[in-house]
Amino acid sequence: MRRHILLAVTMAAAASPLAAQSIAITGGRVFPVSGPVIENGTVLIRDGRIVAVGAGVAIPADARRIDAAGRWVTPGLVNAATSVGVREIGAVGSTVETSPRSTQQQQRGISASFNVWEGFNPASVLIPAARKSGITTAAILPQGGLIAGRGAVMHFVAGGGLTEMLMRSPVAMVAELGAGGSTRGEQWSRLREVLDDARSYSLRRAQYERAATRPFAATRLDLEALVPVVEGRLPLLLSVDRASDIEAALLLARDYRLRLIIGGGAEAWMVAGKLAAAKVPVLTGAMNNIPGSFSTLGQRQENAGLLRRAGVPVVIIGNAGGGDEEAFNVRNVRFEAGNAVAYGMTWDDALRAITLTPAEIFGVSDRVGSLQAGRDADVVIWSGDPFEFASQPEHVFLRGVETTTPSRQDLLEQRYRTLPPNYSTPRP
Amino acid sequence: MRHSVIALAVGLVACGGHPALAQGTTPPAPARQGTDTTTRAPMSGGVSVPNADPFPSTYRPFASRATLIRNVTVLTAAGPAIRGGSVLLRDGRIAEVGTSITAPADAVIIDGTGKFVTPGIVDTHSHIGAGAAPGDQGANMNDVNEATNPVTAQVWVEHSVWPQDPQFTRTLAGGVTTIQVLPGSANLIGGRSVVLKVVPSRTVQGMKFPGAKYGLKMACGENPKRVYAQRGPSTRMGNVAGYRAAWIQAEAYRRRWDKWNTNHQGDAPTRDLGLETLAEVLRVNIYVHNHCYRADEMAQMIDIAHEFGYKIRSFHHGVEAYKIADLLARDSISASVWSDWGAFKMEANDAVRANLPLLWKAGVVAITHSDDASGEQRLNQETAKSVAEGKLLGINVSDDEAVKWITINPAWALGLQDRIGSIEVGKNADVVLWSGNPFSVYSRAEKVWVDGAMLYDRTDPAARWRTDFELGYVPEQGGRN
Repeated sequence: MRRHILLAVTMAAAASPLAAQSIAITGGRVFPVSGPVIENGTVLIRDGRIVAVGAGVAIPADARRIDAAGRWVTPGLVNAATSVGVREIGAVGSTVETSPRSTQQQQRGISASFNVWEGFNPASVLIPAARKSGITTAAILPQGGLIAGRGAVMHFVAGGGLTEMLMRSPVAMVAELGAGGSTRGEQWSRLREVLDDARSYSLRRAQYERAATRPFAATRLDLEALVPVVEGRLPLLLSVDRASDIEAALLLARDYRLRLIIGGGAEAWMVAGKLAAAKVPVLTGAMNNIPGSFSTLGQRQENAGLLRRAGVPVVIIGNAGGGDEEAFNVRNVRFEAGNAVAYGMTWDDALRAITLTPAEIFGVSDRVGSLQAGRDADVVIWSGDPFEFASQPEHVFLRGVETTTPSRQDLLEQRYRTLPPNYSTPRP
Repeated sequence: MRHSVIALAVGLVACGGHPALAQGTTPPAPARQGTDTTTRAPMSGGVSVPNADPFPSTYRPFASRATLIRNVTVLTAAGPAIRGGSVLLRDGRIAEVGTSITAPADAVIIDGTGKFVTPGIVDTHSHIGAGAAPGDQGANMNDVNEATNPVTAQVWVEHSVWPQDPQFTRTLAGGVTTIQVLPGSANLIGGRSVVLKVVPSRTVQGMKFPGAKYGLKMACGENPKRVYAQRGPSTRMGNVAGYRAAWIQAEAYRRRWDKWNTNHQGDAPTRDLGLETLAEVLRVNIYVHNHCYRADEMAQMIDIAHEFGYKIRSFHHGVEAYKIADLLARDSISASVWSDWGAFKMEANDAVRANLPLLWKAGVVAITHSDDASGEQRLNQETAKSVAEGKLLGINVSDDEAVKWITINPAWALGLQDRIGSIEVGKNADVVLWSGNPFSVYSRAEKVWVDGAMLYDRTDPAARWRTDFELGYVPEQGGRN
């Protein structure tokens, strides 16, 4: 009966997108990500899906042709750790929906039932900016407390409402060690307690309803949300940095048979072999090298490359510093990937780390993250190497529809490009 | 040569035993910060008489050898790039720049085929050292904001700087050789800044840029009114009343001291450390560095500067500077801004990624600043993002121009444009060798020279400067490879 809460919401791609048209992107350097680069390749799109990718694709006569000679063609980028749509202006509390705000929730530190997508605002001005810069899919992750809640994957389809933009939820249970100032022992103990109780609850729902169980350490809704975690169906995305904390997380995952994902993982390179052996992916950046806390003393820019070399699945996220890579600057994840290359990762791995790998980890690789027949036609045509600052996305397609909506930044730039400004509505 | 930087640091005092080097590289620090002779205190003055330089720089250049870097593209920040160029560093200065320099017999020769040379990068807005790493709760390393009064002109941020902050080593590895460390923005008037060389030292005095002017940190908008919401100012109008009240006091103080300095009649007036700093601003011996986001507030700050006769040398953060680029150009106020930070608070909400190119086009002294220990390491990359955005608006900024945003322009904001910030003969040999074009994401600083001494060499990890804190705590291979 209550099982509906557990069900993953997965929005099927609409059969008929806004433009039921064939588009052929020809002559470009095509990076399918799921396979090797195709020089002078074609990407054929019809009805919002990719129908063919290759060097010798037959192009229908009625197709709109886009000459991509000299251009680089990639899947739309997937930013795996964002607050786009749930944090509009950081210091304006009424626009921030990333975590529970009630004191009661905060004190408990457990808000597993929190669904971050329910606060998502499809009218956020950050979405057109992200989309135009080649970010077509983003995971939104809750924050705060020991267990913050459930993350979701959003699809930035133009003109979409909440229904159209919600691609999948939940995609992970998000937790963070180190929040709240308690010691490690307390936090691991608390985590085990609620996982134990979630397991116990899942076996005794009827008794629970009759108040015939011992008291549980979390609310009914939180326990219910944790059931798929303890059943190994929903990954636990645990943010930890110190090498020993990562090892402790691996032990926890072994004991409880959890699907673990490490977030942050500043010192993950020190335990890369153990992560690889456990097949645990890591979400990390490539620009932070500051021993900013006693838990991140080993932080280094080679982290992503070293992990990959050891065989760990790596997702690159923005984590450089104060520039808000999670919302206003989600576009910068491609530069984070470029920095990963500068610090030892292969270029192909770095592209995969911001496309297909996050799509796989969050269970949406059948939709996005690669250029393959059957996938949503999320395609970006870049003027050059997408990791380079000088390169720009020249065309961005989402489900086969080219993005044209200007961002609020575009409108401001148009208004003020010559002074005094033109106060009428600017038209870029 | 591969001098061990660590060994050099140990031998810092001994560097005084290199008279030729010390003489030849850095002009003796002026005894005073100011140039206005009316403020000069009598030599016999006691503690009650102002001393403009009570914490004098003890910086001496590290040991250097004549070095010829050749076959490089030189982004000079003083004109067009020199391809196939060479730069000769000698006695701490840039001795020659060109395409055909004969290698002196004693010179170390570095072949830079495919590589680039720029001046050492200058950041007008840093808090490292004062807001040191690790910054865990309880680490007590945050000494940036004296948030106890809206006006704390009496504090000097150099007294908060920890020379063992591991962020310094990373900043140097990013090609940054000079930084201005500022107090934070909690206060209307936050105190004095300090200009530092990014070098190993046991003391902050050993990092202070000899002869650099002090700056005064002022802050507009949300931060002060939030911090002082209970006691005031709690509004922007309260902020403005607070600045004006402080300057009215400063004017009176300046008149009292200027008069006494002229006639020495009676007892010297009572010293007040805060008013002393503000009076020096009114005498234009200290530059104002004004944290301010919104266009309308910057325009008001310009009027306040006019009312009291001081100069704003640079607006910092200025996310809306592009809206009043004409006003900034008219008053010769530089803009120290981020490439693309925005939306973290209401007053940062109109940030646009083309801020820098729009300012540049309007003739403003455009500066890429960091305000962030991570961004400070990549000011070249931050700049590259802005250049790309400008191109979308049809504003084409060449590499030759873009490099100025992180070198000669910030040097100007600090009043050091005659000594650093460009590759020109006679300037301090603060030089960076990049593995490729510094505006490519794949390029990294390979070697960094400060006053002709190679203090960072990516190819020689063993010689690399590690702060005291890093020893034992930070894995040797961590951080800055």
